[in-house]
Amino acid sequence: MAVLSPPSAAGRPATGRRRSDGGRVGRRRLAGWGFVAPFLVVFALVFLAPIAYSIYLSLYRDQLIGGNHFVGLDNYTQALKDHEFWSGLGRVGLFLIVQVPIMLGIALLVALALDSGRLYGRNFFRISIFLPYAVPAVVATLMWGFMYGKRFGLVASINQHLHTSIPDPLSPSWVLASIGNIVTWEFVGYNMLIFYAALRVVPESLYEAAEIDGAGQWRVIRSIKIPAIRGALVIATIFSVIGSFQLFNEPSILKSLAPNAITTYFTPNLYTYSLSFSGQQHNYAATVAIVMGLVTMVVAYLVQLRGMRKEA
Amino acid sequence: MTNKALRRLAPTVALLAAGALGLTACGSSGGSGSGSGSSDANAVQSALTKGGNLTVWAWEPTLKQVVADFQAKYPKVHVKLVNAGTGNDQYTALQNAVQAGKGVPDVSQIEYYALSQFALGKSVTDLSSYGAKDLSKTYSPGPWNSVNINGGVYGLPMDSGPMALFYNKKVFDKYKLPVPTTWEQYLDDARKLHKADPKAYITSDTGDAGMTTSLIWQAGGKPYKVDGTKVTVDFAGDQGTSTYTKVWQQLVSEHLLSPVPGWSDQWYKGLGDGTIATLATGAWMPANFVSGVKNASGDWRAAPLPQWQAGANASAENGGSSLAVMQASSNKALAYAFLQYANQGAGVQTRIKGGAFPATTADLDSPSFLNTPFPYFGGQQANKIFSESAKNVLPGWSYLPYQVYANSIFNDTVGKAYVSSTPLSGGLKSWQDQSVNYGKQQGFSMG
Amino acid sequence: MATDTAVQGTAPTPRTRERVRPRISRSSRRHSPGKPRRSVLLTVLTAIVVLYSLVPLAWLVINACKTQPKLLDSFGLWFSGKFALWDNIRETFTYNDHIFVRWLLNTLLYVILGAGGATFLAVLGGYGLAKFDFRGRRAVFAVVIGAVAVPGAALAVPTFLMFSKMGLTNTPWAVIIPSLISPFGLYLMWVFAAEAIPDELLEAARVDGSGELRTFFRISLPLLAPGIVTVLLFTMVATWNNYFLPLIMIKDPNWYPLTIGLNSWNAQASTVGGQPVFNLVITGSLLTIVPLIAAFLMLQRYWQSGLAAGSVKE
Repeated sequence: MAVLSPPSAAGRPATGRRRSDGGRVGRRRLAGWGFVAPFLVVFALVFLAPIAYSIYLSLYRDQLIGGNHFVGLDNYTQALKDHEFWSGLGRVGLFLIVQVPIMLGIALLVALALDSGRLYGRNFFRISIFLPYAVPAVVATLMWGFMYGKRFGLVASINQHLHTSIPDPLSPSWVLASIGNIVTWEFVGYNMLIFYAALRVVPESLYEAAEIDGAGQWRVIRSIKIPAIRGALVIATIFSVIGSFQLFNEPSILKSLAPNAITTYFTPNLYTYSLSFSGQQHNYAATVAIVMGLVTMVVAYLVQLRGMRKEA
Repeated sequence: MTNKALRRLAPTVALLAAGALGLTACGSSGGSGSGSGSSDANAVQSALTKGGNLTVWAWEPTLKQVVADFQAKYPKVHVKLVNAGTGNDQYTALQNAVQAGKGVPDVSQIEYYALSQFALGKSVTDLSSYGAKDLSKTYSPGPWNSVNINGGVYGLPMDSGPMALFYNKKVFDKYKLPVPTTWEQYLDDARKLHKADPKAYITSDTGDAGMTTSLIWQAGGKPYKVDGTKVTVDFAGDQGTSTYTKVWQQLVSEHLLSPVPGWSDQWYKGLGDGTIATLATGAWMPANFVSGVKNASGDWRAAPLPQWQAGANASAENGGSSLAVMQASSNKALAYAFLQYANQGAGVQTRIKGGAFPATTADLDSPSFLNTPFPYFGGQQANKIFSESAKNVLPGWSYLPYQVYANSIFNDTVGKAYVSSTPLSGGLKSWQDQSVNYGKQQGFSMG
Repeated sequence: MATDTAVQGTAPTPRTRERVRPRISRSSRRHSPGKPRRSVLLTVLTAIVVLYSLVPLAWLVINACKTQPKLLDSFGLWFSGKFALWDNIRETFTYNDHIFVRWLLNTLLYVILGAGGATFLAVLGGYGLAKFDFRGRRAVFAVVIGAVAVPGAALAVPTFLMFSKMGLTNTPWAVIIPSLISPFGLYLMWVFAAEAIPDELLEAARVDGSGELRTFFRISLPLLAPGIVTVLLFTMVATWNNYFLPLIMIKDPNWYPLTIGLNSWNAQASTVGGQPVFNLVITGSLLTIVPLIAAFLMLQRYWQSGLAAGSVKE
């Protein structure tokens, strides 16, 4: 977890050198826990306890007829064979592979452009691109939903006025791309800002060295800037991976406009929601959620490993 | 959003002249005295005198006035009316509250298609001991049938949705289309209309569980058979279902149905500009026309639902809700007193005035109700059509004891028929399979 | 590293930091031979992304100026009919007994307590993790990140049942308590605290006999200001935009936040009574995002410098 615990990786822990002074260190450790404790207490209440409860739930099955009984790992075997679960997972996997690179790519390019100092009106660009992040997912989806309207919406207007034939964004074959567009719109600015902020603190000395070597702009980007912000890239990727796997708000709100294109198992998160809220299958929903959590963790870990290996 | 259409069961016709409605509700006399001497029935009366607090979960807007009147009449009773969401949202909240054992209301609005699920889970109370059994003549057959589950009465009908055909007369006149009396004719109109104006469709349909099951119901189908915990789902071999799919498949395959999802902004627009020419739906629809499609006032008319067999007069219900007393209520007698007031007594009149379509036979038959003109429909006395439809609802239909879930996966299965080459019958078959699967998982014995 | 210039970090400091560094970097790059300082091509290319970001917002503004009927039958990206923005705003605020105002106040309450509390916990926690060496430090963060990976929808029901047993559902606490946790905020504060507070300073305070809490409030907190503003803004956005949690926890419209309220207006078109109020949904959406955008614009300088330190990691 080196990237995820940067202070230690950077060799910065405050007290590392003073191990010999036993009593004070002990007290200070206690103080450390004291600072972290409030966060951990609430964290335990809103994250760990429900997760523990979910694990407990996943070992039982509660039926309308017959009540609640212990079923061991039956729910897990069912999930592993569940076609709908896997199709949802496949869908967010596809989403991850296509949407995340596009989004992060645009974000990185814009961040580099801003950082290059070669733009007119840099501050305007920076804030404009970031603005969509302030729009709640609900509002963003309602808005795009209106615009996607196939008969009277913006897409229809464009088709009519410009005689183009943009396909229906809400048809089954396009709806995932349309959702990808909404998510990209919402988060490009956010990721751009993280990259941009990281670029701003690249030590001057590196640029000076490159200048002496006579390195061109692209060379500077490739050999200095990108490696320098690798940490930010990895973090952004990990958060995007988690975000993709948890895709919920956008498809769930768009469903009323595209009822046949967005199924109840469109994404794993939507699936657990409908299992639990329409189907009253809390136990199975908890199981699916746990499996999904494990998959997410593994993928996030792989992303991190890969990010680190490149760095090495 | 599959059960969307089912949710909007609702009030009809805010256009009624208030003065036209002065009749007495049969309920108030029949209701309080009908307890056949049981002690519970007496408890209802004394609960009213004694007073107390009630929490009611409902999204039906006309109940607001009913609650105010009720409290004015019985000053010792305090009712807290909470809109805990519409349809499925509220059921979720209700089920969660029941499971948590806390925060369960005393009274809850529950749609007919969802009631048996709550009855089976024993979340709602059997009202037989309060005298509800004697009310079979008070309510029209469709709703009454829906609250009778496994020999108990689990709610009092609040409103109903006998089906009718709403059509845009302006469009029909323009293209000289006959108002269809059979679904074959409807199909014919659909073709002619779409040919004459490629932007116009006979109706919009993107797959709606409530509408599909209602039309199968009207076609005499009985795909669901429920006997206690013994449940059968059979669309594949159901006669009514194949009657329905035969006509509807042609509408789908020939692209004669507008692909605009119901209740979206575009749908309202289509109803207004003539590109959606008809709607086959419950009698609660007029209120939605008035508030949502103002610009087409005068264009629309109501007609009896087209028939699957020429000359028949079969009908079905689409939507409608009951009020039920929750098992967890600590004051069931008082809760029942509220039900009586709202769904049987003076509350019914208040709600009709507010635009609701009643389930009480006395109102459905009353001349002032029948003769009310609808300015939106060019002065047509549309209640005559609706009341007639209510009488002709085919008996013997039943929903699944887990219809809420089944409807939620309608678009996963049958919906495919609207966006791919899967036939309707194939979609219904996979809906059947998944419903059976779910039933098995929930411990029902699936036949 | 440059962050150390922030040592006297009361409010104005980040601003100077902001100004100083870009100037240095730009000047160094200006020396690159044969490179023009500004590029029209690059500006145009970036402008495409700006257009993509702003068009939907323009759509929102334009359509908030339309009446309900015009909304449905005019070209989406241009004005049409009478200018109805003020009418729409007035109607949004007054519709249904001023319920929108109530939702707005609720949202503010959730944001102040939820985002404020989340920031406070993240600052404390991040500081503790960065400046105290104790066993299990890494484990803490691993567990936090791991927990974030579990889908929220799945935690909803267990959390609901737990909260329900504690009597918290349908009260503001059901929304506020879960908002108190911001894993990303914890991460940012951890990194930021490690950078912004020199160990020597803490050591000196300890030698002077200052207690840890006192040191934190008197010395560390001011140094952390830019980071705090950043985390505050992110948690504010998260709380302001919170949708899923209140959706299950709150059943009383009087406790709805704006997002749920707006969605209920949108759903109103498809429920009983069936009064579609799409114009109010659009105007309400616009009104919902205005305060956040205003906050971002006003606090720009702070959060950018905070973020910068937060992401500096090699």
